[in-house]
Amino acid sequence: MKVHHHSYDAVIVGAGGAGLRAAIETAGKCRTAVLTKLYPTRSHTGAAQGGMCAALANVEEDSWEWHTFDTVKGGDYLVDQPAAEIMCREAIDAVIELEHFGMPFNRTPEGKIDQRTFGGHTRNHGEASVKRACYSADRTGHMILQTLYQQCVARDVNFFNEYQVLDIAFVEGRVGGVVAYELATGDLHVFTTKAVLFATGGFGKMFKISSNAHTLTGDGPGLLYRRGIPLQDMEFFQFHPTGIYKLGILLSEAARAEGGILRNAEGERFMERYAPTIKDLAPRDMVSRAILTEIGEGRGAGPNKDYVYLDLTHLSPEHIDAKIPDITDFVRTYQGLEPKTDPIPIQPTAHYAMGGIPTNVDAEVVIDAANTVLPGLYAAGECACVSVHGANRLGTNSLLDIVVFGRRGGQAMASYVDTVGHPDPPADIEADVRDRIERLKASSAGENVARIREELQEHMTDKASVFRTEESLASMASDLDALDARYERATIQDKGEVFNYDLTEALELGYLLDLARCLVVAARARTESRGGHFRDDHPLREDEHWMRHSLAYRTDDGVRLDYKPVTPGNYLPMERKY
Amino acid sequence: MPETELVKVHLKVKRFDPERDRKPYWQEFDVEMEESDRVLDALHAAKWYHDGTLSFRRSCAHGVCGSDAMVINGENALACMLLIRKAGLDITIEPIRGLPVIKDLVVDMEPFFEQYRSVMPYLVNTDDPGYTERLQSAEDRARFDDTTKCILCAACTTSCPIYWGNESYVGPAAIVNAHRFIFDSRDQAAGERLEILNQRSGVFRCRTAFNCTNACPRDIKVTEAIEEVKRAILYGRV
Repeated sequence: MKVHHHSYDAVIVGAGGAGLRAAIETAGKCRTAVLTKLYPTRSHTGAAQGGMCAALANVEEDSWEWHTFDTVKGGDYLVDQPAAEIMCREAIDAVIELEHFGMPFNRTPEGKIDQRTFGGHTRNHGEASVKRACYSADRTGHMILQTLYQQCVARDVNFFNEYQVLDIAFVEGRVGGVVAYELATGDLHVFTTKAVLFATGGFGKMFKISSNAHTLTGDGPGLLYRRGIPLQDMEFFQFHPTGIYKLGILLSEAARAEGGILRNAEGERFMERYAPTIKDLAPRDMVSRAILTEIGEGRGAGPNKDYVYLDLTHLSPEHIDAKIPDITDFVRTYQGLEPKTDPIPIQPTAHYAMGGIPTNVDAEVVIDAANTVLPGLYAAGECACVSVHGANRLGTNSLLDIVVFGRRGGQAMASYVDTVGHPDPPADIEADVRDRIERLKASSAGENVARIREELQEHMTDKASVFRTEESLASMASDLDALDARYERATIQDKGEVFNYDLTEALELGYLLDLARCLVVAARARTESRGGHFRDDHPLREDEHWMRHSLAYRTDDGVRLDYKPVTPGNYLPMERKY
Repeated sequence: MPETELVKVHLKVKRFDPERDRKPYWQEFDVEMEESDRVLDALHAAKWYHDGTLSFRRSCAHGVCGSDAMVINGENALACMLLIRKAGLDITIEPIRGLPVIKDLVVDMEPFFEQYRSVMPYLVNTDDPGYTERLQSAEDRARFDDTTKCILCAACTTSCPIYWGNESYVGPAAIVNAHRFIFDSRDQAAGERLEILNQRSGVFRCRTAFNCTNACPRDIKVTEAIEEVKRAILYGRV
């Protein structure tokens, strides 16, 4: 295996919205390499649909303080409030800056950026839905990804496409370098660097019904976890209410913002019973639970009574074509239905990890309950946990998160690298990666990677998703024991060097198994219900004991949990009604 | 929702491994699929349960990331957007044409992205916009809406007979991305882009074969966009 050596001031791992936004910030300030296992424009930011909230007040009265309140309440009070305040305040500049970068937003009749309603976003602390989401039809994420990539092209950002980062080394308590596997050649590349920003996105491929791309396998959090970095709030995973039945492909909340209604088999608009004020635009965790409650009580549709309908048939065809063209095309392509005349079968789909690599508001990674910074290490976007989303992220706040904290991370990293010298290249930094690869290639008879992954996904969707109990989680834990043991014996057929996805899928499965374990252990320990984490056997939120973030550390005996308090702010916890 | 049952799908995939093969060959697979499955699912079934050495790119699996453009039954398509129901039970799959094959269905995308970069694919506006957004009327915004949908999958460029014969031709995808800025009322570099596209490798190589429009998985009216760029050059205005 050939090994190449590079030296940079900063390395960014991942080229979705957060990575690209950080790269724009470091461009011209320090020598930066951007490493992505895909091509930048293939990143899953491009799949985001509905919008990006900012209190521009272009259409009706709004304020970033209301936005902050909604974010904190939407996150079921597990949000670190100063961080949410920063995000919601800087949202306004972030949207304006994107417009200046060329982002093609939809426009109002006056030519300003248009805005629409979105789940959980309200005026004056919950009075009614507010038009806060800035959007480009139902392809807002695509437009953000393209716009940021265009700006990187304009700045001649140095991309290493199809380089998959598999390990990191620390030298004398700070970042020393990363090891990447080049897909086209099978060579290893050691990047000695003063700083690394991880922006590798989510890990929703641990579930069977998922809106996530095949490549969302949590490589960043996974490799850091193995190197002793804790992962925060891993029990909080968001299940989006409207995934295409069986496939899990996302149908944006924009469908409901534009007038779509959820109906059960009897045609009833059931959200009126669960959230009388904002109904279908309640936060995602509540809507997903409502859907599964309807199904559980026998009001699901279809031969197996296992889905409900998203109904757009009362909307004008012109309105559908103008505001939600892409998602209605998905329905035509994958379900063979015409959304203008047919109600759409949907079910909740694994969508977003609230938890991840713990950071402060400058995207610096913090490694313990005292929030000690590890110098040179940064994370932003879905792989990070600031925590601005708490126990449940509001729709559109992910696009906001990547732009705001990508930018802050890039800035912080660019100033940090000015203050330190180059680390000595860590000796034999690639040894562990080389070992893992050689072991997989040397194996002959053994377990099939795809079958292990398939079982992981099925069990996680059955036992660790919208509703959880001690029993279901304990059962999942023993499933993971068995799957881990089989993974130890995993084998691959492709022994070659060139585009060996057989190999990379096997390595990715290792991360998914580790991260699923963190989720299950943290979810078992949290004997309350909050946001995306709902325990049938502990259905109430318990603020006295559980207003704290979990931290999952890897040890030789499994996951060790620690906790740190939520950073409070203006808003005291109250019952979450909509 | 119609209930689906399993059907037997016969895949014929063009293979080439530079480490083992001197020339490409065909490999056949029989896989059990539902008719509502994607061609991508069938490729996964072949790779995961029959032959792990089969290589192809994919990510989002629902037509937004642009990773899995390939030639399916003779025509360019995204494997994740074409269902078995439509593709039939005998499916032939080859790499997209006009870009060098590296392994199996994986081609070298660098020449494609180089052409994309050559047309200044970013907003140019040197005026100070101040602290608010630049205004743009809904009509001006609609003017370039179609070409903002491009996902850079290369299905158009690699379906173009002119591109197959002349790899210096900038190709439909690059023109689409130039169009996206040329017709954006906020942009100030239309003249420069039109100059780039007026060169020998530029827009007048196009012979309106319409393959690009048929191949686009995002239903962009590619040929129309190219014609608009040609007219802008000929009449010196956008």
